[in-house]
Amino acid sequence: MLRLLSQQLRLNERDLHASVFGPGKDSKTDTSTTQTDGSSFNASMQTSPASMINQYKFEEEEEDADTKDIFVTVDNPESHVTAIETYITYRVETKTTRSEFDSSEFEVRRRYQDFLWLKGRLEEAHPTLIVHPLPEKFVMKGMVERFNEDFIETRRRALHKFLNKIAEHPIFSSSEDFKIFLTAGSGELTSHKKQGPGFLSRMGETVKAVAAAVRGVRNRPQEFTDMQEYAEAFSQKISSLDKVTQRIVREQKEYLEELKECGPTYALWSQSEQELAEPLKNVAGCVDNCCKETEEQVKHLNDHLIPVLHEYVLCADTLKAVLRRRDNIQADFEGKTEALATKKADRDADSKVLSLAWDSLVGRSPEEVKQQKQQKLKGEIKEMRDELDKAEDRLEWANNALKTDWTRWQKVMRTDLRSAFIDTAERNVSYYEKCLAVWESFLQSQRTDAEGNGNVDSS
Amino acid sequence: MADSGSEEIAVIGNTDLTPSESENNLKNTMVEKGTSLLKMMEISVAEAEKRTGKNAVNMQETYTVYLIETRPVDAASEGTNPVPDSLWRRYSEFELLRNYLLVTYPFSVVPPLPEKRAEFVWHKLSADNMDPDFVERRRVGLENFLLRVASHPDLSSDKIFYSFLTEENGWKETVFETGFQAKADSRLKALNATFRVKNPDKRFAEMKHYGDELQSVISQLLRVRARAADRLYGVYKVHGNYGRVFSEWSAIEKEMGDGLQSAGHHMDAYAASVDDILEEEEHYADQLKEYLFYADALRAVCRKHELTQYELEMAAQDLTSKKQQREELATGTIRTFSLKGMTSKLFGQETPEQREAKVKMLETQIEEGEELVKERNTECEEFVKSAWVDIERFKEQKDHDLREALISYAIMQISMCKKGIQVWNNAKECFSKM
Repeated sequence: MLRLLSQQLRLNERDLHASVFGPGKDSKTDTSTTQTDGSSFNASMQTSPASMINQYKFEEEEEDADTKDIFVTVDNPESHVTAIETYITYRVETKTTRSEFDSSEFEVRRRYQDFLWLKGRLEEAHPTLIVHPLPEKFVMKGMVERFNEDFIETRRRALHKFLNKIAEHPIFSSSEDFKIFLTAGSGELTSHKKQGPGFLSRMGETVKAVAAAVRGVRNRPQEFTDMQEYAEAFSQKISSLDKVTQRIVREQKEYLEELKECGPTYALWSQSEQELAEPLKNVAGCVDNCCKETEEQVKHLNDHLIPVLHEYVLCADTLKAVLRRRDNIQADFEGKTEALATKKADRDADSKVLSLAWDSLVGRSPEEVKQQKQQKLKGEIKEMRDELDKAEDRLEWANNALKTDWTRWQKVMRTDLRSAFIDTAERNVSYYEKCLAVWESFLQSQRTDAEGNGNVDSS
Repeated sequence: MADSGSEEIAVIGNTDLTPSESENNLKNTMVEKGTSLLKMMEISVAEAEKRTGKNAVNMQETYTVYLIETRPVDAASEGTNPVPDSLWRRYSEFELLRNYLLVTYPFSVVPPLPEKRAEFVWHKLSADNMDPDFVERRRVGLENFLLRVASHPDLSSDKIFYSFLTEENGWKETVFETGFQAKADSRLKALNATFRVKNPDKRFAEMKHYGDELQSVISQLLRVRARAADRLYGVYKVHGNYGRVFSEWSAIEKEMGDGLQSAGHHMDAYAASVDDILEEEEHYADQLKEYLFYADALRAVCRKHELTQYELEMAAQDLTSKKQQREELATGTIRTFSLKGMTSKLFGQETPEQREAKVKMLETQIEEGEELVKERNTECEEFVKSAWVDIERFKEQKDHDLREALISYAIMQISMCKKGIQVWNNAKECFSKM
């Protein structure tokens, strides 16, 4: 791990050097297509290498509450009505002791679009790092309205988790975009959003990505193929779990519907009875209590387990996307390698008769032409060599970043899912314990009755 | 003597009952011991078998027969274990016995038979009469029926009942020879009486009303319970899918694999546990069903009362009208319309001799009428007395049995909760190892 870290450091410094001291390679104005993918150093990453080292040492430090130095909460949804649209904003509150923040407390209002923007920025800056998913734009099931209370609450919780996952990530949490998101007033945020790669450069990037995807990667290292297989399988399994859990919730709800009729039926019966009236009423009460407990239990499943499973279904998609992007970077590198080799072959090949003939036609001496050509090729080769170097760096950077983040993600996934399942199991135990108590108190009351009447109870 | 303890049950037929099975029998057949027949013999319906044979219209049919075993009480307590006497009976023979008892002891709340066809089924239970689970539950129900009859103060000493238990051949003929079918009241007659009776005993009217309510509410409870059972089954079974997916998932994980795999096993166990849970609940449902059918028997007694009361009222009414006629003849006034009277008015008076003959006839009729009224009055009074005694006995039995049923239901729920706690605690441990 240390070797990897030091490798990272070397890369960081080289790129940092290149971006700061290289000729005009500032991504704010740079329209060169080599800068907009893979490079982690654009305007949003103005942190010193030193702090990079600190943040990358996540392996050694656990993210305890003790060492946590930033706390973000999302709450207080409010709806805003304008002439054009209605939308919801959420309050985002930040408390931090980090030095790069001007103050220790911030409170801003953000809407879903703003979160989307932040996610996009982080993905652009770090195409092979795994960004935690955002809640979806729309829930198609059951045509849930955007302004339905449950929907808003579910979304709020997911947004809260999203920001906290960003805050816990060693690289993302020091992103300038993240800081601005947490602290800027709405005017400031809007103007900041307008910066960044313009439309044309984005188009260029998309074209490049498509070209790379079409070209395909030739020599994908086995470990990334393994990751791909894992991502596929994980995606399937977590989706299944999501579906199973949703089915359980549905069945529980239907069970609850039927159970709700039992209590009143016992109560109705008690009205026709004399001796039996009291135990029947008692049973009716017990059944009603169990209904309440069942209702709570279903709600808990819905509010806690299902959102987590759903998040990780989206995570699985992110994993696949990240691997695709990495592949594209490799394909780009491979493409450039091929192009350079072709150019070199051109240079090494003897001047062809045909081309000499042409050149003599236009009145130049063969020696001159040869010289000119060689010069030109040399220049081109140098340029391509430089670009290839950059592509190689980019690829190495991307691969290492991905590998490290993958390991990190697996840890986080394991923790999240483990605690979600433990939580669910505990809740189920609690449910059964409560129902048990309900029925035991019934038994107790019957025993007391029986003893009062001088009978011996058979139970 | 096998009367040690008020809750001990006389049913032993099958000696390899597990403790939980005997407890189940206890719950199912909550009969009081200590009445005549049960003091002498142990009765059980030990087995069921399929038979095929030709029926009344000479067609092949498959049916089930049940083995009734009887054994004198003393033999078991002496330590020897003689082979019990036994014979096979079909459900239809049980029905015949019950119909006989209904007619012969109209003032008794006659214990009901288990249902003819499976009703209030939830999806797992088959509605097929040949289904082994149904047959088994019917076997238990038939045994319960016999024990109830055998412990009934009036019914237990009936000879036909005794021969049902002991004489395989010729029993049917014996029953028919009693001519009980002729004594049965027609439905029409009973219905007529229900509508027209003027002064039934209030207590019986209340009991009939109670019977209606009991039947309605227990039906509703059984329906609701069956639907809830169906849903609960679904909930548990879907958890089995967790088991499958956890297992598949554990194959692609390194550190999480073991925890997931073992958690999956617990999910499978959880899903499987619902079968036992719901089977136990079926016993509870059967106890409720017994009283659902008892409601009918109760109403039958009340209807019989209405009938006897109505017949008394009819006889009394008849007597009154005859007395009136006599008065009219004596005083010469015609208060009641009669065709004879009108025609005599139109076509001339009758002779004194004719009138004399009429009066004599009326006197005889009035005498007979008064006898009849007396008879019917006694009948009615005696019926009310005996019936009310049995109704009171039934009330106590019902209160006791149903209270026990509710308690056993609570015990079942507790057991289910305990299982749930165990499974989820185990699962939690496995998750912690993830």
